[in-house]
Formats: sequence, structure tokens, C-alpha cells
Amino acid sequence: MNQTQTTGALTIKLIVLAIGALLLFAPFLFQDVRSLEVAARICIFIVLVASYDLLIGYTGIVSFAHTMFFGFGAYGAAILLKGMGPGWTPVILGALAGVGVSLVFAIAIGLLSLRVKAIFFAMITLAAASVVLVLISQMSGLTGGEDGITYKAPDLFKPATKLLTDDEGKVVRLWDVRLNGKLAAYYFVFLTSLILFLLMLRFTTSPLGTVLKAIRENEQRAEAIGYRVVAYRTFVFCLSATMASLAGTIYAVWLKYTGPDTSLSFAIMIDILLMVVIGGMGTMWGAVIGAVLLVLAQYYLRDLMGAASEAMAGIPVLPNLLAADRWLFWLGIIFILLVYFFPKGIAGTAMDKGAAK
Amino acid sequence: MDRISEILGRMGGVNLLPVALAAVAFILIGAPSSWATLTVAGLAMGMMVFLMASGLSLVFGLMDVLNFGHSAFVSFGAFIAATVLAGLSTWLAADSVALNTAALVMAFLAAILFGLVAGWFFETVIIRPVYKDHLRQILITMGAMIVAEQTILAFWGGTPFTVLRPHFLEGSWIIGDVSIEIYRGFAFLLGLAVFVGLYLVMNRTRIGLLVRAGVENREMVEALGFRVDRLFIAVFMLGSGLAALGGAMWAGYETLITPALGSELMIIVFIVVIIGGLGSIEGTLLGAILVGLMSNYLGFLAPKMALASNMILMVAILLWRPNGLKPAV
Repeated sequence: MNQTQTTGALTIKLIVLAIGALLLFAPFLFQDVRSLEVAARICIFIVLVASYDLLIGYTGIVSFAHTMFFGFGAYGAAILLKGMGPGWTPVILGALAGVGVSLVFAIAIGLLSLRVKAIFFAMITLAAASVVLVLISQMSGLTGGEDGITYKAPDLFKPATKLLTDDEGKVVRLWDVRLNGKLAAYYFVFLTSLILFLLMLRFTTSPLGTVLKAIRENEQRAEAIGYRVVAYRTFVFCLSATMASLAGTIYAVWLKYTGPDTSLSFAIMIDILLMVVIGGMGTMWGAVIGAVLLVLAQYYLRDLMGAASEAMAGIPVLPNLLAADRWLFWLGIIFILLVYFFPKGIAGTAMDKGAAK
Repeated sequence: MDRISEILGRMGGVNLLPVALAAVAFILIGAPSSWATLTVAGLAMGMMVFLMASGLSLVFGLMDVLNFGHSAFVSFGAFIAATVLAGLSTWLAADSVALNTAALVMAFLAAILFGLVAGWFFETVIIRPVYKDHLRQILITMGAMIVAEQTILAFWGGTPFTVLRPHFLEGSWIIGDVSIEIYRGFAFLLGLAVFVGLYLVMNRTRIGLLVRAGVENREMVEALGFRVDRLFIAVFMLGSGLAALGGAMWAGYETLITPALGSELMIIVFIVVIIGGLGSIEGTLLGAILVGLMSNYLGFLAPKMALASNMILMVAILLWRPNGLKPAV
């Protein structure tokens, strides 16, 4: 089955390209603050979801510790930015520290779960992630506890920073958009996310990525051919942890705030799972589509549901189920139906459609 | 070295672990009265966790189905029991032990009944289509857990729910300078009764024989002409009912419950199932009691460590016995 030859695959790739173009010009196309927030969140979640897809889609490992690595990256940058003041050194050091801690945990979990049945992996990662979440909330001296940490981003990203000035010393406007620090921050997020995503895309087509697919399809056969399944699995777990940690650092720099809710909570883990499954497991393109759809739903569907809930005010229970906070209920149902009927997700299903050329 | 392990094995082997843990804790805590209180608390917690975990362990052992939505039964059991108790508050307030007991029994029965029905529904609708596909099983049961948690939020709201207790379970027994909460003693005894019942069913009846044989080698039992899938539905329903009962007892123990209860307990349940070894009732009981004792002792000795204690326990046991303490196969 060669998916690259179908018209469906072509469509998906064109859609992803269009999404990329929209994100590239997002600050100029959608000029309010909220849209920029949405666009940045989409960029970061694309990286996060793609790195999770390396695990679940390409290797068939289910891990619930992905937010843990995301959180390590975010807290690494946050703690150092708070302690050392704004600048590039704390960002870089924080990213390295986050990746370092993530690798230690990834190797420890990998080695531990190698000793037990593979099916335990999901349970062990879930337990580890929840312990880390509680520990980080408890160590309030270092991490700010439940309140999280607020800090300043590097000077370049301050809204007051002028990237280009005209003769009078005012900020230059390009198509009515001020070329200020906010724009620089967005393009920092966009470009780093793009680089990380392209790296992962390259990785999946490399010989190493092919071995991973072979392991997913038939573990015994891959082992019999002579690939050390265990080593490859640990490697991809570490790689995915690194990517998630870097995404966390970028998110911390963008948000200028890090707390358990933005980086570590189980809700984010569920978001990532939903994005991967809705988008399509085992295709990097699916990660893009899933992340876009779900982030948009998070920001805009809630408003719609709130309105629907008010419209149903007379009927018992139904308004409760339609309330804006209950959107996870509906997503959960969609999720179950998708796993039943379209286990390949949007991208995977679409890519099989269309005659081979 | 071999002789020591032989002697230990004759004395009960891994069954000695809780005793050893209690002995170490006795030395570290120093005060016998607080040690006794903590031990009872640990045993009570262990028994409640055992109720929640036993079904999960059997279901996995028998059918290789990993149910991440198991905690939904626990939360629903807790909330349904709490609602029934609140509805029967006049019975609870009455000055008669018979009426009080009736209210409690009604609450527990409602929880178990719900667990049985929900278990049947869950097995036939959610899990049946994805047998033998671990990845999709994990995803689907996870999705079901999300939906269940949201349903609880929609019906009961997010605010903590106060659970009423019958009067005769309030307060504590005082023996010497040791005080034991009556509810803890009750939870321990009820858990013990369920364990003994399960043990007898598993080891003394034909059904139990089939279940154990199915855990060991399902294909062979099927080849001999038994309908393992029907047996599996029964085990699944029983497991869900027990989980709901565990949740109901936990609700009375905590007296203030939130919808997050299930997902918080699920971590403990997973740890218990993993360290106990999948598919065995005895292993689950051992794991549950170890976890209960450990978290109570450490909660007293080093409160900051208590949260990570279960994790450390699991890591240590897995490094020693990768398949858990008492795996069924």
C-alpha cells in the first residue's frame, strides 16, 4: 500500500501546505490578539502531537507521560528565566536542562518497562506522569506550586521592542501590522516549530523510521530479521521526549507563564491523544490536521456550545451536557467513534482514497 | 543464602512482605498506639483498593483486555451510593440501627447493581469490537473514561459532594490508648469478607476452576468446548460491581467526594495490579495491602514522600520481580 501515490494523499499534503501558509502569514491575516494566540498554540501543538505520533503511530507504543516531558521543557526555561532574568542564555540553558531531565526519565522508564510486559508501559507512564505532576505542584519553592511561575521573555519579544523604525523613530507598519516584539515572538515560535516538525518528517522517511514501522507492523519478524526491537523502542521514546521537551520550552517562552495547567495537566495529555487519533496515527500530516482542528475547537466551539446550552435552558440535563465546560464529553464520544470506524483518522483515511496514479 | 530463602519460602514467601513492612514501620514510628492506628488505616485502605483492583486484574488475566476506563465504575459507585444515602437521609437520621443499616445496604446495593449493568454495557458495546488490539483498547477505554467523568460532572456538578454516614459507623473504638475509627474496621471486615468469598468461588467452584483455567490458557479451555466469552462477560460484570462497591465504600471513608476521585484512585489501582501480578486475586490483595500500609506509614513519617511512595514501591518490586509478586501464570 503506497499512500504517497493517491489523490487523497495529494489533497492532504495540499491542505497541510495551506495550513502552513496560513500560519506563516497569520499575524497579517488575523490581526486580533486572540487569533495570534491560537496560531502560536497550533504551531506548538503540531510539534507536540507529531512527536507523540512518533511513539504511538510509528512505533505503536502508548505513553501517557508525554506532558511530563513537555512540562520538563517548560519548567526548565521558566525556572531559569525567573532566576536569571530575561535573556537568551536562560532559554538555551533551560531547553538543555529540560531535554537532559527528559532523557534521564525516558531512559529510566524505558529500562524499567523493558523488564515487564510491553502492555504495562501505558500504566507505568501514567503513574510516573501523575507522580511528577503532584511533585511539581508540591515543590512550590522551585516551581511556584499550583500558581506556576510568571517571568519575562527575552527583550526581543517585548511588545515595546521596535524591529524596524522609520525616520521619526516610530515602528514601521507592514500591511497595518506593527513590526514589534510580539511579531518577533510569533515568528520565533513559528520557525522553531517548523524546524522541529521538518526534522521529525525527515526522520520518519529515514532508514531508521522505516525500521520503526517494521517493528510496529510485526515485532517478531523485525526481531528475527536482526533489529534490536528494544533498543529501537527506547531510542524513539527518548527522541520523542526530547522533541516534546523542546516544544515545552518554546511554549514557556511564548506564554511568559508556566504552571501545572498549561504544561503538565492530564487534560493536555487527553488533548494530545485526541489530536493524534483525530488527525490520523502514523502520518506526520495527521498531526498537523488534528492539532489545527482541536485547537480551533477549543477556542471557538466552546462559545458555540455555551450558546446552545442557553437555547436548551428548559430541558433537564441537556443544558448541562451542552454547557461550554462539557465539550470534552462530546469530544470523548467522537474519539470513541473515530477509533471504531476510522482508526486511521482523517489523514490516514483520506490518504487511502483516490486511485493510484 | 539458599537456606534463608528456603526458610522464608516455607514461612509464606512474598506474603511476609506486609508483615516485614509493618515491623520496619513499628521501629521507625516508635509509638505503638500511632502504629496501630496507622496499620488499621492502611489495612482498611488496602481492602478498599483491593475491591477496586480485583476486577481489573481478573479481566486482564482472562481476556488480555486492559481497561483504562475501570475507574469510571469506581467514581459512579461512589456518587450513586452518596446520592442514595442523601435520598435516604431520614432513615439515616432515625434512631434505629436497623434503618441505618438498611440505608447503607441500599446504597451499596445500588452501587453494585449499577456496576453490574454498566459492566455489561461496557463489555458488549465498548470493548467487544476491539478484542486483541491493545492499542485501540487503551484508546477506546480511555475515551470511555473521559465520557464517564464528564457525565458525572454534568449530573453532579464539579463541587465536592458530602457523603452521609450511618451513626453507628461514626466515631472510633478506643482500646487502651489505641483509637480505631469504626468505619475503617468496617471497611476492613467487609473487604475481607469479599476476599474470602472470591477466594472460595475461585478455588472451590466449577466456575472458578474455569476462570483460572481460562487465565492460564484460554484457547485450551475454548477447545474443550466452554464458552469463555460468556464467562468473560460474567467476570467483567463482577469486576465492575466490585469496583463500584469499592467506590461506594471509599465515598463513606472520604466523606467528601469530587468527580476526580476515579482518576486519582486509578493510579493506585494500576500500581496495585502491576505489583500484585496480573490475573491473581491473592496477588492483588497482597499488592493492595502493601500499597495501603506504605502510603499510611509514609504519610505519617515523611508526608512529602507519601505521594511518590507508591511509585517507589512499584519500581522496587518490578526490579525484583518483573511479573509482579504473585502472577497467576
